[in-house]
Amino acid sequence: MASVPAARPAKWKLVDCDPDKCTGCTICEYICSLTKEDVFNAHKSRIRTTRLHPLVNISITCRLCSPAPCVTACPRDSLTQSEETGVIMIDDDKCDGCSWCIEACDYGAITLHPEKKVVRICDLCDGDPECVKWCPEEALDFITRDLMAQKARITVTKKLFKEAMEAAGIKV
Amino acid sequence: MLGYAGRILHVDLTTGKVETATLKEELAKKYIGGIGLGMRLYLDNSKPGVDPFDPENPLVLTTGPLSGTMVPTGGNGHAFVSKSPQSFGVGEAKSHGHFGTALKRAGYDGVVFKGKAEKPVYLWIDDDAVQLMDAKHLWGKSTGETEDAIRAELKDHYIRVATIGVAGEKLVRIACIMNDKTRAAGRCGLGAVMGSKNLKAIAVRGSKDIAVPDKDKLLEIIKRQHERMKGPATRKYRTLGTPENVLVMNSIAAMPTRNFTQATFEHAEKISGEYLNQRFVAKIIGCNSCAMRCEHIAVVPEGPYKGTTTRIEYEPLWAMGPNCGVGNLDAILKGMELSNFYGVDAISIGDIVGFAMDLYEHGILSKEDVGLELKFGNGEAMVEMVKRISLREGVGDVLAEGVKIAAEKIGKGAYRYANHIKGVEMTGYDIRGLKTAALGYAVSFRGADHNRHGAYGPDVKGKVDRFKAEKGRGKIVYETEDLYTIIDSLIVCKFSRGTYYDGFKDLAGIFSAVTGIEMTPEELRLAGERINNLGRLINIREGLTRKDDTLPYKVMHVPIPDEGVAKGSFVSQKELDLLLDDYYEVRGWTKDGVPTIEKLNELGMKDLVHIVKGKLAPSPSPPKKPSKKED
Repeated sequence: MASVPAARPAKWKLVDCDPDKCTGCTICEYICSLTKEDVFNAHKSRIRTTRLHPLVNISITCRLCSPAPCVTACPRDSLTQSEETGVIMIDDDKCDGCSWCIEACDYGAITLHPEKKVVRICDLCDGDPECVKWCPEEALDFITRDLMAQKARITVTKKLFKEAMEAAGIKV
Repeated sequence: MLGYAGRILHVDLTTGKVETATLKEELAKKYIGGIGLGMRLYLDNSKPGVDPFDPENPLVLTTGPLSGTMVPTGGNGHAFVSKSPQSFGVGEAKSHGHFGTALKRAGYDGVVFKGKAEKPVYLWIDDDAVQLMDAKHLWGKSTGETEDAIRAELKDHYIRVATIGVAGEKLVRIACIMNDKTRAAGRCGLGAVMGSKNLKAIAVRGSKDIAVPDKDKLLEIIKRQHERMKGPATRKYRTLGTPENVLVMNSIAAMPTRNFTQATFEHAEKISGEYLNQRFVAKIIGCNSCAMRCEHIAVVPEGPYKGTTTRIEYEPLWAMGPNCGVGNLDAILKGMELSNFYGVDAISIGDIVGFAMDLYEHGILSKEDVGLELKFGNGEAMVEMVKRISLREGVGDVLAEGVKIAAEKIGKGAYRYANHIKGVEMTGYDIRGLKTAALGYAVSFRGADHNRHGAYGPDVKGKVDRFKAEKGRGKIVYETEDLYTIIDSLIVCKFSRGTYYDGFKDLAGIFSAVTGIEMTPEELRLAGERINNLGRLINIREGLTRKDDTLPYKVMHVPIPDEGVAKGSFVSQKELDLLLDDYYEVRGWTKDGVPTIEKLNELGMKDLVHIVKGKLAPSPSPPKKPSKKED
């Protein structure tokens, strides 16, 4: 049985996208495929951008679930999750591309490599994700869940502050 | 030869035959891609004198060498080229978004459509698998609906679609080709050419690798461009967007108002970029690979047009706003949304409505003719006219021919109100008081246009006396034309032009870093000149002459009436002649505007000399060499 950490450690950092900032430019896809595969090819990127409507854009990659459904779903024990970082590691020798993990992932964050026929998942570039560095809008953040919550609190407080000031007739 | 896919797809819509041809490096280096390669493919695959709607008239679609790469704004472009049903000369239009990226990833530098399908079809390009699909169920659908329907039936959200709306189906001469819902290859009526072929849409899925010669070197350049795109050169596009121009152009009396009746608009504040952003802009999004993003998505928050959601830029805002005397952004945004919905050029449609309003005000069109209170300033009537023209309903049928042809059909002196050049409607600069721009507009090979030259820049910035026609303006236009032509051939976004601090040097560096083909700045400039001459040659082949390098009637006969700096300004025939002579001379063309054999040889275009033979007759002042020898 693959090792599955019992609880999600607070220190794990994931790549998170702020949909309010994301413009749908797909630069994250470009830099990911260039970094990992030496070519430009969105189909080989570990992060994918989706635009549902001009106003609705987001980029999604591995969310570091714990326990991770992909790890549980793999019938060949090819996937293991790092206790240190939460990254899902793939044993290419064991993976036969059956794609059960792709079915198990609620975020669509796993892709099947079109030529190698093994799955590919974000490895956080050894703790320094290129997509985060290159995102021109700073829509992507490499962040712990705790800090994500903090960010959300700040955002909502700003919003409430603005509403309160406007209600008092003060333009902010 | 990296960057390029190395393949051109040929689609015969009559027979359904599809084949690929190799793109040779020599041709790629000479004509780059985008409009350059597109015009060359057009010339090589067409016969002179065909009607734009004849099945024999090909429609060419191209990407650029940078399409599909991470080069900011370069990754996403595509261009359409054909004979324009407005100018009957060369028509070209670029668009951005995501479609060009997908086409390059599928492995094509271009697609040449010939013939006419028996029934409505769409082309489905799935990498190497290319097929014509039934489009009967899509005929009559809007551009957005068509895109959604194709994605749904082919079961892939990442498929990119370029499509015409109902206007293209109905051969409305200002029909555009839309992609990614908000982006348009807008000008010159190429959507109508597509409609004449019964081709509803082009759907693409591309999954091929795009390799680069030196990853680190390219990333260094991209990093530099990303930084520049955060700087002053793109500030306008990132903040208020092009609608910032409203107050700027108004303040210098260069914003055509009420179909070029005035040059300032008393309601400018109400339609300003400032107010637009404060009240309507919900989000700014970006095209594929873009590091600056400019696309302002506006939503109407309340009122009869509540919920209207559209991309907005200065030009359509001007065309449906000041040009129609409409000072109500709700209506302007609705007009813009409908233009995308039906698939018409949102600039030209505003010109046509303004033209119709002018005719109405002057009694040339009556209330019985139009069935509407078609006065300047009536926003509701403007919105209704956008619909009628797009659907060819009532008076919309004749207006759907564009202002030039409509004026001919209406008669009664209507031509005096038709603001067009070579049949293509004007854009939002009052060139009566921008005389460098006036020259740029007059000589633009695709008709009235500010984007072929950017010659309004020196006028607006005060680098020249904008009210004066003098020698030297020819050189300004020639230089910016060659640069703009390369921007449209590579294809990078015009909004990024200020980030190439070293002009051709930066652009040549990007070209080489992507393709691995050596290119000096001078070679690239020469390619720009070559492509400008190519546009001219197509027009000459189709019978256009110096007489067509002219300006709208009002620009040449009705001085700006507004009190202030621009009062009394217009462009006389004498001034225009002076400007044209100067420009032709700098270009190395004859007095009739025909490229000389020497010039064509110098540009490596001796294979096209046959086009000018017999048209060089009234010999110009510079002595002609008798030799026509190979260089």
